[in-house]
Amino acid sequence: MSDHEYTPKSKVGKWFNDRLPLLTLANHLTDYPTPKNLNYWWTFGGILTFCLITQIITGIILGMHYVAHADLAFQSVEHIMRDVNYGWLIRYVHANGASMFFLAVYIHIFRSLYYGSYKSPREVIWIIGMLIYFLMMATAFMGYVLPWGQMSFWGATVITNLFSAIPLVGDSITTWLWGGYSVDNPTLTRFFSLHYLFPFLILGLVILHIWALHVPGNNNPIGIDIKKPSKDTVPFHPYIVIKDLFALLIFLIIFAFFVFFSPNILGHADNYIEANPLVTPAHIVPEWYLLPFYAILRSVPDKLLGVIAMFAAIFVLVILPWLDTSKVRSTVFRPIYKQFYWFLVADVLILGYVGAMPAEGLYLLIARVATAYYFAHFLIILPFLGMKEKTTPLPLSITEPVLGGSADMAMAKNNNDYKEKL
Amino acid sequence: MKNFFKLITFFTLISSLIFSNVNAAGEKHELLKVDWSFKSFFGKFDRASLQRGYQVYSEVCASCHSLKHLSYRNLAEKGGPEFTELEVKAIASNFEVTDGPNSDGEMFERPAKLSDKFVMPYANVQEAIAANGGAYPPDMSVLVKARGGGANYIYSVLMGYEDPPAGMELDDGVYYNKYMYGNKIKMASPLDDDIVEYADGTKATIDQMAKDVTTFLQWTAEPHLETRHKMGFRVIIYLTVLTILVYFSMKKIWSRIETKV
Amino acid sequence: MSESDKKKPNRRDFILTATTAAGAVGVGAAVWPLVDQMNPDASVKALASTEVDVSSVQPGQSITVIWRGKPVFIKRRTQDEIDSARAVDLSELKHPEKDEDRAKDPEWLVMLGVCTHLGCVPLTDKGDYNAWFCPCHGSHYDTSGRIRKGPAPTNMEIPKYEFVNSNTIKIG
Repeated sequence: MSDHEYTPKSKVGKWFNDRLPLLTLANHLTDYPTPKNLNYWWTFGGILTFCLITQIITGIILGMHYVAHADLAFQSVEHIMRDVNYGWLIRYVHANGASMFFLAVYIHIFRSLYYGSYKSPREVIWIIGMLIYFLMMATAFMGYVLPWGQMSFWGATVITNLFSAIPLVGDSITTWLWGGYSVDNPTLTRFFSLHYLFPFLILGLVILHIWALHVPGNNNPIGIDIKKPSKDTVPFHPYIVIKDLFALLIFLIIFAFFVFFSPNILGHADNYIEANPLVTPAHIVPEWYLLPFYAILRSVPDKLLGVIAMFAAIFVLVILPWLDTSKVRSTVFRPIYKQFYWFLVADVLILGYVGAMPAEGLYLLIARVATAYYFAHFLIILPFLGMKEKTTPLPLSITEPVLGGSADMAMAKNNNDYKEKL
Repeated sequence: MKNFFKLITFFTLISSLIFSNVNAAGEKHELLKVDWSFKSFFGKFDRASLQRGYQVYSEVCASCHSLKHLSYRNLAEKGGPEFTELEVKAIASNFEVTDGPNSDGEMFERPAKLSDKFVMPYANVQEAIAANGGAYPPDMSVLVKARGGGANYIYSVLMGYEDPPAGMELDDGVYYNKYMYGNKIKMASPLDDDIVEYADGTKATIDQMAKDVTTFLQWTAEPHLETRHKMGFRVIIYLTVLTILVYFSMKKIWSRIETKV
Repeated sequence: MSESDKKKPNRRDFILTATTAAGAVGVGAAVWPLVDQMNPDASVKALASTEVDVSSVQPGQSITVIWRGKPVFIKRRTQDEIDSARAVDLSELKHPEKDEDRAKDPEWLVMLGVCTHLGCVPLTDKGDYNAWFCPCHGSHYDTSGRIRKGPAPTNMEIPKYEFVNSNTIKIG
């Protein structure tokens, strides 16, 4: 794993390290050569690690006080909010933490899309990332069911009913998922169990994600391969650590505003009404981070095809490394793709917006157009554009930029700064 | 630094989208807006208003609406109406709770204690529905959080009773309310001038009572609101200071090599 | 590591020290809620007292009630038992306590029915002193609930209690 041989200085350290090379690992992590031109969009990996750990810790604590039973769940959540010491704080951190986690993961994914971090040789990092993202959605969904409010119950009903679209075995599968003939106590207890399990699977995948990252090393804003260690890199500690920390603190300030001053703004008011199997809320909406997929689901008029479209929207991301045929990684050097990239960002935001609106009239039309563009972007534009597009010249290294017009002005300015220093 | 500003812009964009979604979720009439003392970063409850609000709840709402997640002791706790413990003991002793079984194996009635939950007006949901013409009077413990619009919504509904517009047919036991979803409500206007007599001499107008009881319900929904605001303020000050320190540390560390952060 | 870093490895740097210190304070403050949440919550603390009707307890009898999830023995002692408890020379005791201090009304002994060794519940009217005997590891207590023989280190604990009236004891 290490790029160079490492021997601990102390005798005890050497004795231990020969048997379990933890010190070699620690040394590898601190010395890990990182491109020095990474911008702030690269700090979200650290932020996401923080989010995962925070969710696991607060989640374990909530699990100490929560009761997974249809008759007691809502009450136990109120008990946490009222009586448990700092219970309100821990629950609000956990609930808003889920939203912050997704905010960070979306930025992380779109950063990867912009700088082509999913391309060779980093396909496996990307695929593991997509698995993490998928598990995150499953975990968040099941977590939202646990307070057993109206949105919990009806969200669970709607999402589990998706599986009934599967031909022949659909109904058996939903019955199996529910452990009954509707969402009820058996559903709640199994969701609790799995909601507790999945974050640890995510943690395992995160370790693989980082491991796979450390084989080829980080991509960078210019997207060209760098020699490591070299003038182009800095050791991870302290340079990247302190920069990640700075970004994390900015993120925490925003996080704190939600937790302390608008703790319920990202949730839905109906979830403070106890689950009632006889009354469906007027307007069922998933949490904001699932809205784009919800919009895709609803934009297709056929039940089965809608479900397929929704899962395809995620699957298309998994095979993205082979859909994008361009050899150039960074969008900085792809003037035409850059337009499409921002188009995609807008498209996903629009999908999220219409996902929150009733599926009728103009909203439905917009959802259909946006869904069509979403798939066209990945399945048509990316493969063809990669073959046709004329890219701007790439620099030889991140410290020796190409002379003349760089596509990205900010980049050009940074590059000039480097030159002045050299 | 430029990228950093881009990042902030992105945050703003995303969050404004989220907020617009939340606000866009179904609004018929613009809700009445009140300048609540508990809003804003330093928001606190008006203690006297909470106490009056409890009086309105107990004399008007409590005959139909439960507060099942609250205990009597909460009324004496910090950040709430802050009645004295003696006052709350007296309040609790007006209610009978079922306890037991005793050593003979029988359940028995006794006056409520501080540790008991608020006694519910009906034994169960079915009884509540049957006694109220088919409409369930919702539990009020978290009612403010369970309605889009929060405190303003509760206040608006209390103030929103009007004669139905011409041409609108209402069944028996259904009333017109400007702010209620669908404009139909099965609860008759609960407030009337001087329906309660405030001990502190405040004039019990409909508006005053609506404000007081809404304040009270905001507290029942968020009993730790004051602590949350106070702690939040400290946390954000701390994080800001630490961010500045880390920023300069970062500059210092990166100055060892010749690249800008 | 770059050149300038190697030159002055031990240079005191105010800003880095201040940042580390401030960070450590914050981490400490953030950990406290995570620890404190395991302490008894507000609803548990509110159940701190319980009232017991003892009118039907005859001399020589004892009843067991639950307070804070633990058994409390309420024993109405006979004159013999009181006498034997008060006759003991304090120097014989492993944990010297006067019976007068343990039972303010000599007829009533109110104490936590938890062996101070490892928390088992002792049996009543058993053991060498015909009072309490813990079956787990063989601790013998006398008629005042004081440890006389066996591994338990101290006497059984007396909770805070008071007579609300002649028939009712309020524990806690």
